[in-house]
Amino acid sequence: MAKLTLDRKLAILSDAAKYDASCASSGGQKRDSRDGKGLGSTTGSGICHAYAPDGRCISLLKILMTNFCIYDCAYCINRVSSNVERARFSPEEVVTLTTEFYRRNYIEGLFLSSGIIRSPDDTMGDMVRIARMLRLDHHFRGYIHLKTIPDANPALIEEAGLYADRLSINVELPTDNAVKSYAPEKDPDQIRRAMADVRLARESRKERSFTGKRPPRFAPAGQSTQMIVGADGANDATILKTSTRLYSSYKLKRVYYSAFSPIPDSSAALPLIKPPLVREHRLYQADWLMRFYGFDADEIASATRDGNLDLEVDPKLAWALSNRHLFPLDVNRAERENLLRVPGLGTKTVARILTTRRHRSLRYDDLRRMGANLKQAKPFITLLDWRPRALSDIADLRARFAPPPEQMQLI
Amino acid sequence: MRRVTLPEIGTFEAWRDQARALLAAGIRPEDLLWQRGEGDADLFAAPLPPLTGGDITVPRGFVDLARQVVWHSDPERFARLYALLWALKSDRKLLEDRGDARVARLNRLAKEVGRDRHKMTAFVRFREIGDPGANRRRFAAWFEPSHYILEPTAPFFVKRFGDMDWSIFTPDLSAHFLGGDLSLAPPAPRPDLPDDAAEDLWRTYFRNIFNPARVKLKAMQAEMPKKYWRNMPETALIPEMVASAHARAREMAEAAPSLAPKRAEAITERLRSDQAMARPDDTGQSLKTQLAACRRCPLWENASQAVPGEGPADAALMIVGEQPGDHEDLTGRPFVGPAGQLFDRVAERAGLTRSSAYVTNAVKHFKFQPRGKRRIHQAPNRGEVSHCRWWLDMERETVRPKLILAMGATALESLTGNRRDLLKRRGGIETLADGTPIFVTVHPSYLLRLPDAERTMAEAQFESDLREAMAYLDSL
Repeated sequence: MAKLTLDRKLAILSDAAKYDASCASSGGQKRDSRDGKGLGSTTGSGICHAYAPDGRCISLLKILMTNFCIYDCAYCINRVSSNVERARFSPEEVVTLTTEFYRRNYIEGLFLSSGIIRSPDDTMGDMVRIARMLRLDHHFRGYIHLKTIPDANPALIEEAGLYADRLSINVELPTDNAVKSYAPEKDPDQIRRAMADVRLARESRKERSFTGKRPPRFAPAGQSTQMIVGADGANDATILKTSTRLYSSYKLKRVYYSAFSPIPDSSAALPLIKPPLVREHRLYQADWLMRFYGFDADEIASATRDGNLDLEVDPKLAWALSNRHLFPLDVNRAERENLLRVPGLGTKTVARILTTRRHRSLRYDDLRRMGANLKQAKPFITLLDWRPRALSDIADLRARFAPPPEQMQLI
Repeated sequence: MRRVTLPEIGTFEAWRDQARALLAAGIRPEDLLWQRGEGDADLFAAPLPPLTGGDITVPRGFVDLARQVVWHSDPERFARLYALLWALKSDRKLLEDRGDARVARLNRLAKEVGRDRHKMTAFVRFREIGDPGANRRRFAAWFEPSHYILEPTAPFFVKRFGDMDWSIFTPDLSAHFLGGDLSLAPPAPRPDLPDDAAEDLWRTYFRNIFNPARVKLKAMQAEMPKKYWRNMPETALIPEMVASAHARAREMAEAAPSLAPKRAEAITERLRSDQAMARPDDTGQSLKTQLAACRRCPLWENASQAVPGEGPADAALMIVGEQPGDHEDLTGRPFVGPAGQLFDRVAERAGLTRSSAYVTNAVKHFKFQPRGKRRIHQAPNRGEVSHCRWWLDMERETVRPKLILAMGATALESLTGNRRDLLKRRGGIETLADGTPIFVTVHPSYLLRLPDAERTMAEAQFESDLREAMAYLDSL
């Protein structure tokens, strides 16, 4: 095999990495290189340095160390049974790409993942070596996200957490059965245990020792995971239930939903579909409702048909439409948790309503200036100078929000 | 009319000093004309006489607002800020009124500046202009922001690129960071920056990280507006990437699944046999392995793992609790959470060495209600307890303890079939069908839930229960 150029390797190994949705560079401790002895900083909020035409943010250099893999996961472009071209970076190449891209302000840092080669320990060991070189030899203070291999030796994961800002382990699919059928070499129990270990390691580093010193922080930006949506038969209610469990059990920062996307050289075990992008979007909206708006998975599921979110209207609106007896709500009196449930009012708008309400009563124009989406909120609220009247009683309120049915096109 | 001229560098501090003095002198907003830089002087405006001093206090939040707004390109920004400052004199709470048109307007300006600053930190692209082998490497960039944001944004680059020299040129000012010192300089003509080989690699990355099966142009342009594109090396690729995306996606969908390469089968076979070999099959372990695969009741679905008992296989004392808690579920070990730690403390005082006992639970999976980032313990129901009895019976058969310490109603129910009257039965000894005696006491988590006043006494009583159980065990 001819030796591949760095450019060709980068092409292969970034192409292989694009199915990981996460590119976040937020959270964690603040660092900088003001002292002139290192490179990089993290501000805590993350920066997206570019956007690809798929609408995804490019914040990190997201690459695989290698796309050789001994596992045979049906949904994955890198599975052993795929004929995709293979490549492997040397640790030095990854370090050079990361620091040179970083110096030109292309990226916030590195998101390193890998196919499993030889054994989980060997693979994880190489990834940790790259992180160590960046941190110790190159004094790199940017962001590092390492994809953890669940079966790797806990000592390696322990070391990974010292260099990385974030660790992630993908649960891959929403149910254990789906993992067993489509990723036969992966063990859902082991994935759960690995996430539990990360949470424990993080928590144990938060306690001070008897001398009052704090131990070095472990993965300060926390852990996240990803689920592929639409490859197996799981409905949205099942997916949201799984997310709820993951958030509460392992204190995940994020659960990413990745619409099952066609890959070149697909597997016969898993026929390709058009990626369910709208469904993915609705799942993220529902996820936000659970994390910031006080909804629980059952409430969201109660407003779905056969457990799947309405693709035409967002889940908050869908919930409000099926709970119309709770509306309209008096914006000048309602509690925060109820205001958060009004379609068109976000967390920031609600905060603004609450501070302003302390001094005076609100009118329709006030809400507009506060950034509310009144087209959505209108039927669900009352204000000093606004009552929805007939609007809140019309039988088919949903039709006012759902996009009009598309006319079939002749070819 | 008076004219206030603010410098291009240090604009914020200058505005603040002027505003303070003007406010102290009682000069009304409508009598002022503000401008940045000398520019075209207004013929009708009288220059400002020197003003000094004036300590004023402003509500929290105003300074932060002003710190952003002064950099906006809106020519009215200084006047709007001063007008708000003026209005704040009579209405201290005005800033909290997010529905007020003046406040809303200034907040919008601040937001626009904030966004432009953020985009600058994202979209500046450096090119190397010095020797790559130099001790301190040298880079430069040309950037066109929408507002006058170079000065407030330069510190970001100082913190980030501390070990290299850099310059950022904008149509307005330029910033230079040389040998660790930042300086701002008046506008310079757009420099001609040399090509940088890293840009080709970056374009390769940009092209390949894109997934042609999901095109979302609106999402891209909302976050990366076209006005920034001309100074970014990767954006020239976008039209071609978009144009070919549809065909590439269709090609993937239409291509039939291919045959696996020859080596794949051998690798999979070897991996599966390795994984099978790794599974242990001695008795103790296999109980563990079987328990891990238990699907007798639905509790496994939400739990991380089944938590088996722990301790010597020939222990004389078996301790049975209720179910694993949050911590036990994560570690896979019984009695390591708060209740377990309390138990350990009391047991040590009572002379019970935990390591000599076999410690287990009536139910092996954690039952909980997720609530945000927390898990709220839920008591197992009768069905779950009875399904899980199978495992407890297995453990009892293996260990064959002389005495079982049943802690709490669930343990009692699992062992005797009856959970009622725990507090009446505590301290007593009951006998199971196979003749094993059990000593009844409360669960340590019950002690944790008591108010402090009652807890000391309850703990003492629990300790005396444990002593009594130990004495009974010694007498057997």
